[in-house]
Amino acid sequence: MSARSTAPGHIGASAVPAAETTAAPLVNVDDLRVSFGRHGVDVVDGVSFTIAPGECLALVGESGSGKSVTARTLVGLTGYGARVRAATLEFDGRDVSRNTERHWRGIRGAQVGFVLQDALSSLDALRPVGREIAEPLALHTTLAKAARGEKVIELLRAVGVPEPELRAQQYPHQLSGGLRQRALIASAIACEPRLVIADEPTTALDATVQAQILELLGELKRGDAGMLVVSHDLSVVARLADRVAVMRAGRIVEQGPTRQVLEDPRDRYTKALLAAVPATHAKGTRLSSAPAAVIRATPREFDRTTPIVAAEGLVKAYAGPDKVNRTVVREVSFAVHPGETLGIVGESGSGKTTTARLILGLERADGGHVSVRGRRWDSLTPADKRAERRRLQIVYQDPLSSFDPRYTVERVLGEAIGVTGLRAGQRRDRAVELLEQVSLGAEHLKRRPLELSGGQRQRVAIARALAPEPELIVCDEPVSALDVSVQAQILDLLADLQERLGIAYLFISHDLGVIHHVSDRVLVMKDGEVVESGDVRQIFTAPAHEYTRTLLSAVLTPATQGGPRA
Amino acid sequence: MRQLKRIATRFAAGLGVLWGAATLSFVALHVTAGDAALATVAGDGANPTQAVLDRVRADYGLDQPLWQQYLGYLGRLLQGDLGESYQQRVPVASAIGEQLGETVQLALSAALVAVVLAVGTAVLTARRRPWIRSAASGTELVLTSFPTFVLGLVLLIVFSFQAGWFPVSGNDGVSALVLPTFTLALPIAATLSQVLRTELEEVLEQPFILTARSRGMRDAAVRLRHALRHALIQIVTMSGFVIGGLLGGAVITETLFVRRGVGQLMLTATTTKDIPLVLGVVLFAAAVYVVVNLVVDIVYGLIDPRVVTA
Repeated sequence: MSARSTAPGHIGASAVPAAETTAAPLVNVDDLRVSFGRHGVDVVDGVSFTIAPGECLALVGESGSGKSVTARTLVGLTGYGARVRAATLEFDGRDVSRNTERHWRGIRGAQVGFVLQDALSSLDALRPVGREIAEPLALHTTLAKAARGEKVIELLRAVGVPEPELRAQQYPHQLSGGLRQRALIASAIACEPRLVIADEPTTALDATVQAQILELLGELKRGDAGMLVVSHDLSVVARLADRVAVMRAGRIVEQGPTRQVLEDPRDRYTKALLAAVPATHAKGTRLSSAPAAVIRATPREFDRTTPIVAAEGLVKAYAGPDKVNRTVVREVSFAVHPGETLGIVGESGSGKTTTARLILGLERADGGHVSVRGRRWDSLTPADKRAERRRLQIVYQDPLSSFDPRYTVERVLGEAIGVTGLRAGQRRDRAVELLEQVSLGAEHLKRRPLELSGGQRQRVAIARALAPEPELIVCDEPVSALDVSVQAQILDLLADLQERLGIAYLFISHDLGVIHHVSDRVLVMKDGEVVESGDVRQIFTAPAHEYTRTLLSAVLTPATQGGPRA
Repeated sequence: MRQLKRIATRFAAGLGVLWGAATLSFVALHVTAGDAALATVAGDGANPTQAVLDRVRADYGLDQPLWQQYLGYLGRLLQGDLGESYQQRVPVASAIGEQLGETVQLALSAALVAVVLAVGTAVLTARRRPWIRSAASGTELVLTSFPTFVLGLVLLIVFSFQAGWFPVSGNDGVSALVLPTFTLALPIAATLSQVLRTELEEVLEQPFILTARSRGMRDAAVRLRHALRHALIQIVTMSGFVIGGLLGGAVITETLFVRRGVGQLMLTATTTKDIPLVLGVVLFAAAVYVVVNLVVDIVYGLIDPRVVTA
């Protein structure tokens, strides 16, 4: 079954001499098909690839493309009720397609290490990380308990965890995201596997931490173990992979050396995927249509006489679980003017969202004040406050949790429209009008949130924000939960709306690429403070603050911005 | 230190619960109980003279205003004096103490059987083929919806009258304990098992379970070493329900199997309006709740490190 056609030129060649097959692939997959349930469609639909020892292959694709299912099939953990068929499914030269559960257990952990995303949920929260790391050692080696303990410390040290003796005793929630991910990697490589599979290994991490983890994975690759990286993020792939396979709807649409695929893609889907990444040169252009169409010239000019909102020396502190106050926002000042986009960028816990909540009057500041169109929030009467609030709207990261799941789109929008005082009879027309503004139609009125795709939900959230004709929309990580092609559409939509309606945005994101793409001016936040602010170009080309430089250097540039680093 | 403080706070809250229980039962009985003096002197049908009744009232303080009775009652409680049973003419504490051993034996064995059964079925049936799940959860549904006395009768008829394996009634030895234990344990086990299975199925979907499997761990070990501990948190939370089920069930079970015990005592005390004894049993039940909740709190900390350090 596994005998593939011999290379052209070898006319009538009988058997290839053994000496020439020393580089036999570690993993050999041919025509892999996976379906779930009795009559399920093939979610993996004829996938073929090989991984040589010491080679790193990346499976790239958007959610639902079948990349994770493919990766899990390599360790026999495809999932409940899965049907797996393949012409060839070989690991280390042995056919594994008819493996029993027992055979698989001998491979898992011992010969294949598996790293999942988000170590907080991928490590058992009720056990110290040291015990988690020791688990594969207990299962696959004859090491005694004390020896396992020593090996755990050694592994933690090898993956760059400081104070390994202390860390091994700690629980996942006591470690930072980066340390957790390192611990998870340590448990995957504990038995020195021949293959490491990393499924979205850096997805939940901040940019600077992400860069460190990628460096660690890059070091692992240097041995002769093979690696399979699964990711939606092209920049991750650019850093790690030797070869890339782009997946869409269960098929590999393009496969080749990383540099070639990222710089000179052949397939239409790959091209669209690459174009959707908000790279530096794409500013001011559409992301969702190739070739890129210009939306507007940058930089733009604004009337800076009266800001829509202005923050003066905002301070906010919360009491922690230990009753000690933590200042999460300190001395933050800025203004947003009509029609412009102010980006706030920073890592998790930098105070971005709290700042937004203060601006919207959802939280009371402990110090400083917020003015809306020249008037201070705290000087307004409740009626004035309600009137002003309508001018300020918000779009969240996860629209699913910001909608009542039982409400239809019509009811969601109707509620927002009702606030404007429109009579009940005219609400439906207005709702359709709003949907059209976000490129949806009347047919979506009767849907409920769960019946919409992620991108459609975010469009409805934007339509809801547009209902009271706001002057400012606060966008809190509005595209962070979306696939890159959907992200591109939403970013284009926001730009179009700004052109058409002159809305200003306060755009919060951890993603520097997105911030660069949408913003006119930028605030860089760290530990509750604004460390740098100014024109987007100036900050991205000549950052003045040390932290901004660190942040920018941690950004993983896909090949389109200058090629992968060797 | 934080752990100690947490437990101290809970302890204080527990005392509050005890006081509330004492007050509530005091009020409830004075509103509904009828003439306590009459109940004290004789059972139904007796016809004591007014003078006798007055003397009894004076002896027990029943002629005082209600608030004085209440304060006196609380004051005696603080000295550990639960009063004297009207009917049995012995201190309430010793009346309960006499019966306690039998009930504790029954309750503990039932609790043990319930937890073992629940954990066993849940671990074996969570995330299995649909028919296995349906069979288990159907049986559980029947058991939870059966009234305790019907379940007890069925067990009696099958295993006592027909098979003759166990005695019909009494307190003698282990074999007399078996049927009451199962009568008490089965409904509790069924509810626990349903909760535990739902919880286990949720846990088994978690990424860390996939991680454990990807290390080459066998399914049984994944369930027992990783998933079960997470699911047990839910069972510990339900310990209040378990104790309620045990105490309430003990009354019926002990009556049905004609066993001595606190449940029987409670039933007799209530039907004869023996107020001090009823109050005593109620306070005893509340004290059990408080103590168990304290223990549960400590156990939480042991099972889930996040409770203490988060």
